[in-house]
Amino acid sequence: MNAVIKLSDIHKTYRTGEVDVHAVRGVTLDIAPGEFVAIMGSSGSGKSTLMNMIGCLDRPTGGSYFLDGLDVSTLDRDQRAKIRNDKIGFVFQGFNLLSRTTALENVEMPMLYNSQRISPGEQKIRSTRSLELVGLADRANHKPNQLSGGQQQRVAIARALVNQPSLLLADEPTGNLDSQTSIEIMGVFQKLNDAGITIVMVTHELDVARYTKRMIILRDGKILTDEIVPARLNAEAELKKLRLAQEAVKLA
Amino acid sequence: MKFFAPFRLAGRALRRNKMRSLLTMLGVIIGVGSVIASVSITTGASKQVEDKVASLGQNIVTVFSGSFSSGGSRSGWGNAPTLTVDDAIAIKNEVANVVAVSPEVRDRMQILANGLNWNTAIQGESPDYPQIRDWDIADGAMFTDADVRSIAKVAVIGKTVVDQLFINEDPVGQTLIVRNIPFKIVGVLESKGFNLFGQDQDDVVIIPYTSHMRRIAKRTFVSSIMVQAASKDSITQVQEDINTLMRDRHKSAEPDFTVRTQLELMAMATSTTRIMSVLLAAIASVSLIVGGIGIMNIMLVSVTERTREIGIRMAVGARGRDILIQFLIEAVTLSAAGGIMGIALGMTAAKITSQITGWPTLTPFTWIGIACISSAAIGIVSGFYPAWKASRLDPIEALRYE
Repeated sequence: MNAVIKLSDIHKTYRTGEVDVHAVRGVTLDIAPGEFVAIMGSSGSGKSTLMNMIGCLDRPTGGSYFLDGLDVSTLDRDQRAKIRNDKIGFVFQGFNLLSRTTALENVEMPMLYNSQRISPGEQKIRSTRSLELVGLADRANHKPNQLSGGQQQRVAIARALVNQPSLLLADEPTGNLDSQTSIEIMGVFQKLNDAGITIVMVTHELDVARYTKRMIILRDGKILTDEIVPARLNAEAELKKLRLAQEAVKLA
Repeated sequence: MKFFAPFRLAGRALRRNKMRSLLTMLGVIIGVGSVIASVSITTGASKQVEDKVASLGQNIVTVFSGSFSSGGSRSGWGNAPTLTVDDAIAIKNEVANVVAVSPEVRDRMQILANGLNWNTAIQGESPDYPQIRDWDIADGAMFTDADVRSIAKVAVIGKTVVDQLFINEDPVGQTLIVRNIPFKIVGVLESKGFNLFGQDQDDVVIIPYTSHMRRIAKRTFVSSIMVQAASKDSITQVQEDINTLMRDRHKSAEPDFTVRTQLELMAMATSTTRIMSVLLAAIASVSLIVGGIGIMNIMLVSVTERTREIGIRMAVGARGRDILIQFLIEAVTLSAAGGIMGIALGMTAAKITSQITGWPTLTPFTWIGIACISSAAIGIVSGFYPAWKASRLDPIEALRYE
């Protein structure tokens, strides 16, 4: 099967005045459909830059990038916007929902920019289905300030899924969440991954990375290690354990 | 992006900040309001003047005789003994598009009737006069060409004369005396009111011009010749042809006559109000520009405030163009809504002014259109820079913006 993401010798150099900053220096990477990959690294390792390039928010200065068989490393702004709309779903650390806008409207938002017209009725059906996938159908008319952090992140995931992307890209999705909610969100990701969605996630938390299938560690803009997660955690099992532990404390 | 979606977005964004949106619109509201109010007032004023000019008659061209010098003292226009009845006949017969002609002789005299007396204008005219002046006979009838030929002692009188001399009486058939000559009253004119210069047009006695020249003024020349052109478009042609004809007939080096048209009078009478309206509109457009600057300012603030939103939209696939349109439509919605409110405000202000001062006001539809278009244009012009700035944002930077 063709790789969803095919990076070969990707470079990114920022020119800041006199000094060139080599944020990414020669990354070659294939990610197949159905994979669940964690990209890790300390700050300054180039993981955010790599993430931006994978997400077509930024363009590499060297190397080539094929997304879903399409060379996206040379596309201009508008073409990249279309690719993002069609093929990539973003989940951010800060949720990035539109405030004072209902969950349903937030989920509908990417469809506004589709190249094909979708009727308002169809938009609603699709967004509702998307919210069902993350278990939030009953909160469709809540606004972000009426939702908990975990729920907001689920709305963001539903928004990322609404255009049926080939790739779900998550940038520190649990960074603003407590540990139990983090596990819940990882549970959502695992469920989606089981359903066949390819997920790439940037994180610096090893605990969180252990829910993925493959872990890539970057250092100084290069891949340091790239291996299968040895003892992969199951979010549902972990949650059960956590709940039992909590009950035990209460009983004691 | 779909056609209606940006309007929905704009509406939502503006509703989110109701107070701010209203305050932003205020600039345009006041600007458009003052344009509409000032235009309404000046248009009302010029309409009033135009009506007055129109009351002088339909498509009138007037030939005045020139001034003359006698022993070094120069008389005013209309006193040179050069214009004759023959000139009037020549105009009627030789100039194209002339429908009616009336040689005029005017004097002020004391008249007697019914044991009362009154000083009034005695005008010698032809039977065409009521038609030229667009002036109906209320009672009786106008004298005829036969009366003119027979130098008849008949008169048609105005409403003021009736009021002064024939209180509660039917004047038709009665007699009035001018310079000891009895004239039989054959008709009464409709009331026409005051003219442009504040003169009472109803204070008049009209008699055949022949009767006036032979029996009263005892002279051979006329003061002026009133000519009616066939239509508004032929006025200028008639004026030129009369000029040519008269120069030919009089053969003097200096023209001893002048030909004036109603169009000239109209232009003269409305020139002040036109200057006024241009001035007011200029002042009002300054306030419109200020309103536009207000919108630009708020849109710039709004773009900065919503940098993150722009970043999110771009991340999920909005192109620069989509963002540009979104903000542009927001700005246009602001200014157009302000424009519509301004029109309502301006019309209300004009109504109130007219109520208080009694001035007639009139809001022309063209200006409502101009106000709509210019307020939308202000939205586009003032919204473009902020919207363009928003569309050029880098999604990565915008997403990181706190």
